[in-house]
Amino acid sequence: MIHLKNVHKRFRRPEGGWFDAVRDTTLHIKAGEIFGLIGFSGAGKSTLLRLINLLERPDHGSVNVDGRDLTGLSAAELRRARQNIGMVFQQFNLMANRTVAANIAFPLEIAGWSRADIDQRVAECLDIVGLADRAGHYPAQLSGGQKQRVGIARALAPRPHVILADEPTSALDPKTTQSILDCLQDINARFGVTVVIVTHEMHVIRSICHRAALLDAGEVVELLDVTDKQVAARSALAKSLLEAA
Amino acid sequence: MDEQLTLAQALTNLSDLAPEIWQASVETGLMLAIGLSVAIVVGGPLGILLYLTQPGQLFANRAVNGVVGWFVNLVRSFPFIILMVSLVPLTRLLVGSTIGPVAAAVPLSFAAIPYFARLVEQTLREIPRGVIEAAEAMGASPAQIIWKVLLGEARAGLISSLTILTISFLSYSAVAGVVGGGGIGDLAIRYGYYRFQTEVMVAMVLLLVVIVQIIQFAGNRLAARLDKR
Repeated sequence: MIHLKNVHKRFRRPEGGWFDAVRDTTLHIKAGEIFGLIGFSGAGKSTLLRLINLLERPDHGSVNVDGRDLTGLSAAELRRARQNIGMVFQQFNLMANRTVAANIAFPLEIAGWSRADIDQRVAECLDIVGLADRAGHYPAQLSGGQKQRVGIARALAPRPHVILADEPTSALDPKTTQSILDCLQDINARFGVTVVIVTHEMHVIRSICHRAALLDAGEVVELLDVTDKQVAARSALAKSLLEAA
Repeated sequence: MDEQLTLAQALTNLSDLAPEIWQASVETGLMLAIGLSVAIVVGGPLGILLYLTQPGQLFANRAVNGVVGWFVNLVRSFPFIILMVSLVPLTRLLVGSTIGPVAAAVPLSFAAIPYFARLVEQTLREIPRGVIEAAEAMGASPAQIIWKVLLGEARAGLISSLTILTISFLSYSAVAGVVGGGGIGDLAIRYGYYRFQTEVMVAMVLLLVVIVQIIQFAGNRLAARLDKR
């Protein structure tokens, strides 16, 4: 489903020199799974996630999603490919001057859907995330958890095969966190959408992930399997994260 | 002869001037309408270009940003009256005359373009980068990002910018008027200053005060209605 092969990403440091955010990393994510990327701040997990939809372009290596090598696509082809990859953000990134319904409609508008199809799909997505009664509200009138539900509905609207979630619960309190995780899990189970989720909390991994990659200094140091909400950890780093949870 | 002007006499003088005051208001309106339209049509896209070519933005381009920024600063550094005089040949070329509100609108437009471009650039900077990035991640094209995200999210700020521009150029239009453009400022100078009819000067200033208050009020109301943040 998602195949990252020897991807490498370096950034220029403001003070000069280079910083290797992701080092020559290879990762395979299966269709229909919820895959976690976990690590401490600066481990490269967000960069790795952003390489999947080419928000960051790798310096070398290939990114293959749904059987297509994204690095070789033209700008227009990449835009079309991105319509098949939803994204959810830590800070929600909703448009403040659009209502909840209009925010969810946005990816469908840019994909050229008809008005009638858009209205129908927006209503469906509002139902899925449980916000049918908030369609006409503006983001400023919503709680953090509700905003993230709108973010999820927006990502889900064009029926993507993949949803990338960049620390989707880090701006939320523990109770809301759980409801957002449940929402993501529900979408994965009902529609078979592959979910890749970045987090620094082992709780998130245990709660909804099937597998996870533990990152440190831009490299995958361990692949974690989750069975019955238990994570089998071998490395010292994984154990320390488990203890912290 | 009695030097003292009675209130009744002043009002009579003013009512005699009513057709001219109306004419002057129309001229001022025309100068502003042309200047603001050009500012929106040319300065608006220029401001968007300035924003989008900044480092870290969609079309980050140091060279384009530098050249456009330099041009904007250049025009903005001219005192308006000098800009007007130096644009006389251009005005003659475009309008065929240097007299009248349409001729005065040429230097007004020229000054308004970079002014509005900067205002637009500043306004767009307030949009969170993440919102634009979300649109990119959803596969939006640059044109869709400009129309649907940038202009949609900045609409209230853009109205406020336009309000500032309108009020500034109401004042500039008075300067343009004196050099042959006509308008309210010109009327105030001709009657109030050259003919010592102070009541005309006072009345014209009061008229401008009222117009400015109305523009600001309308701008604030509209911006507040459009702002859902």
